[in-house]
Amino acid sequence: MTNEELKLKIEELLPGAAFEEGTEWLTLNMDAEGFKPFAQQLRNNEALNFDYLFCLTAVDWKTHFSVVYHLTSTAIRHTLVVKVKADKNDPAIETVCDIWRTAEFHEREAYDLMGISFTGHPDLRRLFLEDDHVGFPLRKDYEDPINMIKL
Amino acid sequence: MLEELGTNDQGDMIINVGPQHPSTHGVLHLVITLHGETVKKVEPHLGYIHRSIEKMSESLSYRQFSYVTSRMDYLSSHINNHACALAVEKGLQLEIPGRAQYIRVILDELTRIASHQLWWGALAMDLGAFTPFFYSFREREMINEVMEETCGARLTMNYIVPGGVMFDLHPDFQKKVKLFLAEFKSKIHEYNELVTGNVIFQNRTKGVGYISKENAISYGMTGPSGRGSGFKCDVRKLHPYELYDQLKFEEITEEGGDAFARYMVRIREMEQSMNIIEQLIDNIPEGDIQAKTKAVLKLPKGDFYSRVETARGELGVYIISEGGTTPYRIKYRSPGFSNLSALNDMAVGGKLGDLMATMGTLDLVIPDIDR
Repeated sequence: MTNEELKLKIEELLPGAAFEEGTEWLTLNMDAEGFKPFAQQLRNNEALNFDYLFCLTAVDWKTHFSVVYHLTSTAIRHTLVVKVKADKNDPAIETVCDIWRTAEFHEREAYDLMGISFTGHPDLRRLFLEDDHVGFPLRKDYEDPINMIKL
Repeated sequence: MLEELGTNDQGDMIINVGPQHPSTHGVLHLVITLHGETVKKVEPHLGYIHRSIEKMSESLSYRQFSYVTSRMDYLSSHINNHACALAVEKGLQLEIPGRAQYIRVILDELTRIASHQLWWGALAMDLGAFTPFFYSFREREMINEVMEETCGARLTMNYIVPGGVMFDLHPDFQKKVKLFLAEFKSKIHEYNELVTGNVIFQNRTKGVGYISKENAISYGMTGPSGRGSGFKCDVRKLHPYELYDQLKFEEITEEGGDAFARYMVRIREMEQSMNIIEQLIDNIPEGDIQAKTKAVLKLPKGDFYSRVETARGELGVYIISEGGTTPYRIKYRSPGFSNLSALNDMAVGGKLGDLMATMGTLDLVIPDIDR
């Protein structure tokens, strides 16, 4: 499906969806509210059939966080990027690891390094760092005078 | 707490494999819940070699950041550098010279062969056969020599840079690559005679560590591990970069979904990689090895995502640029990380001894997982 066709299809599901201009793949910005049912539709709608989550990551924009989902359909071969906005003080987004199982590890990574809490995640613990580590290293305001070498 | 006691309340034994275990190939720590010898749960504990490469890259320039990625999947360091270069080139909209493209693809495929060779020897060793290791290192050494002459390194190459490659090829490059191809072609039947056809090896890998195609996609398993379950995920075919759309090669898939199927994919892939190199080695065009770039690279504001096929699967480099000389945020979607997440699913219900075959055929490289 081309980006234009995909855009029309997404607009049916999510009226007034905010798309980014000039991107390689169709990119959609949305709020955390209503993301989970939308994600389920992306996976289960036969015309969309996004079955492969190939990247999940979080970005600290200082004023807010965004969690970026790169999705593709292995059968129809179209790709969609969904950027979900999360609150600065209490970033929380519903988990998608029951939809795409790869999200279980990716969400733990995003929690560990960026401090996004994924509600409903079965085992949300730190993945790389020690359980008693303080702070989230990938945040822009993170300071670690001992271990971090500024170049 | 339970780990210290050694058992849980259902009488299952909990054991630690690693982080210093010979078959985990690096510092992977698995906490395994066992009922008798049957695996009930496998929980990877990561982070022993976590260096926060993503954070480090945020303070490195677009010329510098690819050097740290050689330390992620150190067996595919060329391909990691390649992915970084492609992402930067996408941002700068650079066209790279034909000669550089040829060199990149040949080196990528040599890397893939070397990586699969090491995996083959190490897998056999995990399963108790020591000799194959020497066989595979015999041929791998020839590739390392080629790399050493051209790139000046044997493991962390740092040869592919944004815009092309760093130096021109060594004068002996073509001769030595052809020598390697001839040598390896005459030796690859030994690999099959020694291991593939071996009845003990087949008994230990057939039907072991099964994962269905649907689950493989859901876990994001890519590379030979995903293709062993019939998931067509070769980035070289789906999203061709450099010369891959002009080359004739086959995307290897197997339908078995077990350890043996993943094994066969890698063995057959080595032949395809040799096939690719043969198509290119005599036709390397003359010309520049680098496109003209400014001394300081500046990417426009936006998102740039490049995908390449490493020896282990799909590597994604996701650069978010705010228009400066360093990335605002960078994410490496590493293939090993997603492949490892499927390990629990594959191992549950199997025996502890089979776990080594399952893990071995996933071809995990721990620095690639931890980053």
